[in-house]
Amino acid sequence: MALLGFLILFPLVVAAVLLVVRNNRARSAIVGASALVIGLASIWLVATYLGAPWVTFDFESPLIDYASTAVSVLVAAAILYYGIRYKNVLACVLAVIQVAGSLVFEFGFAHSIDVTEALYLDSLSLLMAFIIGVIGSGICVYALGYMEDFQAHEPEGAKDRRPVFFALMFVFLSAMFLIVFSNNMVWMFTGWEVTTVCSFLLIAYTRTEEAIKNAFRQIIMNLLGGLGFLAALYLSAIQLGTLSFLEFLQIGIQNPALVVLPVCALAFAGLTKAAQMPFHTWLLGAMVAPTPTSALLHSSTMVKAGVFLLVKLAPVFLVCPVPSVMVVLVGGITFALCSFMAISQSNAKRVLAYSTIANLGLTTACAGVGTPEAVWAAAFLILFHAIAKSLLFLCVGTAEHHIGSRDIEDMDLLFDRMPRLARFMMLGIMCMFIAPFGMLVAKWATLVSFVDTGQVALILLLAFGSAATFMFWAKWLGKLSGIAGQPANVEVTVHKSEWTAIVVMAVLVVVGCVCLPIISQLVVEPYVYSVFGVLGQDIASTNLWIASIAAALIAIVLFAGLGRGKAKKAEVYLAGVSADNEARVYRNSLSGESAATSRNMYLDGIFGEKRINPVGTVACAIVIIVAFGFSAITLPGLF
Amino acid sequence: MSLLFALIGTLAFAIVAPVLGCLLAGLDRKITARMQGRVGPPLLQPYYDVRKLIEKDNVSVNSSEGTYITCALVFTLLAGGIFYSGGNLLMSVFVITLAGLFFIVAAYSTRSPYAELGANRETLQVMSYEPMVLFMAVAFYMAAGTFDSAGVFALDAPVVTSIWLVFLGLLFVLTIKLRKSPFDLSYSHHAHQELVKGITTEMSGKTLAKVEIMHWCENVLFLGWVGLFFVWANPLSIVLAIVVVVLVYFLEIWIDNNFARVKWQAMLSSAWAVAFVAGFVNIAVLAYL
Amino acid sequence: MTFATKSPWVIHYDGSSCNGCDIEVLAALCPGYDVERFGIINTGNPKHADIFLVTGSVNEQNIKVVQEIYNQMVEPKVVIACGICACSAGIFHDCYNVIGGVDQAIPVDVYAPGCAVRPEAIIDAVVQGLGILEEKSKALQAQKKGA
Repeated sequence: MALLGFLILFPLVVAAVLLVVRNNRARSAIVGASALVIGLASIWLVATYLGAPWVTFDFESPLIDYASTAVSVLVAAAILYYGIRYKNVLACVLAVIQVAGSLVFEFGFAHSIDVTEALYLDSLSLLMAFIIGVIGSGICVYALGYMEDFQAHEPEGAKDRRPVFFALMFVFLSAMFLIVFSNNMVWMFTGWEVTTVCSFLLIAYTRTEEAIKNAFRQIIMNLLGGLGFLAALYLSAIQLGTLSFLEFLQIGIQNPALVVLPVCALAFAGLTKAAQMPFHTWLLGAMVAPTPTSALLHSSTMVKAGVFLLVKLAPVFLVCPVPSVMVVLVGGITFALCSFMAISQSNAKRVLAYSTIANLGLTTACAGVGTPEAVWAAAFLILFHAIAKSLLFLCVGTAEHHIGSRDIEDMDLLFDRMPRLARFMMLGIMCMFIAPFGMLVAKWATLVSFVDTGQVALILLLAFGSAATFMFWAKWLGKLSGIAGQPANVEVTVHKSEWTAIVVMAVLVVVGCVCLPIISQLVVEPYVYSVFGVLGQDIASTNLWIASIAAALIAIVLFAGLGRGKAKKAEVYLAGVSADNEARVYRNSLSGESAATSRNMYLDGIFGEKRINPVGTVACAIVIIVAFGFSAITLPGLF
Repeated sequence: MSLLFALIGTLAFAIVAPVLGCLLAGLDRKITARMQGRVGPPLLQPYYDVRKLIEKDNVSVNSSEGTYITCALVFTLLAGGIFYSGGNLLMSVFVITLAGLFFIVAAYSTRSPYAELGANRETLQVMSYEPMVLFMAVAFYMAAGTFDSAGVFALDAPVVTSIWLVFLGLLFVLTIKLRKSPFDLSYSHHAHQELVKGITTEMSGKTLAKVEIMHWCENVLFLGWVGLFFVWANPLSIVLAIVVVVLVYFLEIWIDNNFARVKWQAMLSSAWAVAFVAGFVNIAVLAYL
Repeated sequence: MTFATKSPWVIHYDGSSCNGCDIEVLAALCPGYDVERFGIINTGNPKHADIFLVTGSVNEQNIKVVQEIYNQMVEPKVVIACGICACSAGIFHDCYNVIGGVDQAIPVDVYAPGCAVRPEAIIDAVVQGLGILEEKSKALQAQKKGA
């Protein structure tokens, strides 16, 4: 238990130190060392409790209860401050409601309810701890080099606000650890709100008009979700008389009719945090932030808190149809439509954002289905998405600083310009969508679990969404792989800290994919067993091993096999007379010179945001409203 | 099914499929010639072509293209091996998609305007047929109770009896997968339809030979999927399946010779419409009725 | 034996022909003559072709095109000049803009004269070309083994 406390508190201490340290080298040393400590501590935690089905820790402290309420109030006060400063009425109103709500709750209801086992740990928490501890702190290390370049690009005399930036990153980690380890729902709520406000501050970091606007969009949507969480706390305390998450789940499993509304409210909170339609716009807006922020929000934290909560609720969804249908439909529709919209994007970060939302949608749908097999798939979706997406974000961030653009079209010839980076990026992309890598194995399990439960609508959404996924990843992969001429290598100036983080992620991708059967056996299956009492895994282990071997083979080819062909070099065919074949320049029909260039297809007329976005927003909003309508009817005493 | 079994299957497929595929390709060219009122080349012409390509000088526009194509060939063989050794149909689908991806990336890596155009279109083709292929695997699972292709030998009736709609849908996308007109957008067998040579524009010699062999093996695998619909516990059903496969192949050749190439918009919308109607409706019926 | 002779793929380029010879080249591919009987295919891509059929003479505008197509063809390869213009520039020999036959640009292996060249002559030339192709192919094999 000391380890849990350490993981939650240590990042806070680091954050406090970073806030006052203004020296660059000292900061680098502190961030590097503490990232290593957090990473090792979380690995140690995983190793210690590997395979443990369910551990709770007797721990209660009214002091911490008060402290967590105080933090909630502080969070709301901070939002209020910014809301007034930037004259955003809606944010202020929501913040006031939340302050009032949490104060009334703490002193009116929660005080009388004891949660004797405030901390707990199971295999899913371990998985999350690994993601937060290793990937999250890896991103912090990456940020060192990135933010140095970022600061260099800032106008002369701009205030160096990096101390705040790094402090926020570590507070984020701490809040995430709090969410995944808390059994006391009030503490969990505190962590939840802290992540919201941290990401608000991180998104608004550049203080441009657009950044402020997007940050407020984020805070408004997530405060709405937070109110959902708060409502669930009220309902749980009043109706069920408990604030222990485990007890809440057990009551829900045994007596689903009782918990329809609180589960709906919690699921709503999860959906907003996981940026599901119609709340997906906050995640797209978050792209204005520096890349490490996007990486942190997308891969290891924030959105993962949302799906974590939903996966935790999965056993309740299994027996409780109203919230289940809501989550399944919202997740499924989000997956398909966001995959479609990703086709129409040429901005690499927007493609990544849409793909994140889509994959979170799939995870959400799995959680909503709630069978052991679906939960198995969801756990792997979370893991591989975290690893591969952080790798991709870090690569795009580095590429952006060296080629001056985050547009996929400008990544032409990256294979020669940044040979190592391009290969890492290709690895990340392949891990996201193609067999035999982790994401596809998880998607496969997802498909099987949908079939087994007769979720015909989900099969439809998955099939069409997957086809779109192939399209937008394959064309990006193709762009990266292009080889022509000998463009200058611009890779030599990449910071060491960036390489460290990228290599760590790439190694994790390969190890994760190759060791998938082992991870399944040691981490994911114990969780599924501890929750459902049965083993749910619908891919024969032989097939997992075939995938594992094939993944290893591709990784070897990618890093050792490419570029070794011994064939004589030939020129490409340009249908006429080449003026400069290396640069694809030919003599045109007017005896002038033209360069042959091509852009990828974006099919904007079919899959453009303008066409798809309103459909998804309206459909998902209707689903959520109807679900709440239904669950309100079930509330005893309301009608 | 053990790992060893899949490995043996892959090796066997690597030997048998090129032979069968080569003969099928030769047959295709003969029948096509007859449909056009010509005599046509010898049956073994595809074999001669590939042998000649191997004899050609070893040149390439870059040092990576050949490696990608080798990967594509290897994964095609693996996909076939998994399927014909009685393994998981869905796995076979995924691995053949992987092979397709390597083929696409090989073309992109040349950064030649014509090859890139072919690669773009090939990506669109994959996107067009993928939903229907997934529906096929799912419907097969619902009808046979297993994803393993070996599972059909335990059935009382062939799966086509309950998923004939999916079978029709598969026939539609099969035209794309076999690279037959009207859906041979990325790489046509017929020079007169092609902008240079589409996705294979920059490939020559051994690399092109590998592409040809890969294409033969692919065809054998896809026709295996077709045959799977007609096999059940009765061993004679294999004969029936072979007859159906031959008829389907003839149908595809007939379509190839009678339709002009369509635009990609028509391909995408028709393939998705067919997938929706054939695949989705059939699966919904199986799930709810 | 080499397989080069069993599957000669052809690329056809029209230099400055009046289209008379081009029509005849295509006629050879049509059912009447059906040269696919011998494995001959019209590819349209120099990287896939073994035999380069040129019709028409070479001039200042197209000489580089002819050379580039030839250079992009993969060894072993054979060039056939189809029609009198391709052989020696024919009646255009003295035009100010005409350089001459194809052999002014690239080495030609077989000459098939005629105005227009008859399909039988083309087939005959291709068969002769196959002999040369076989020799070149054997030489390449020997070189590969030697290397």
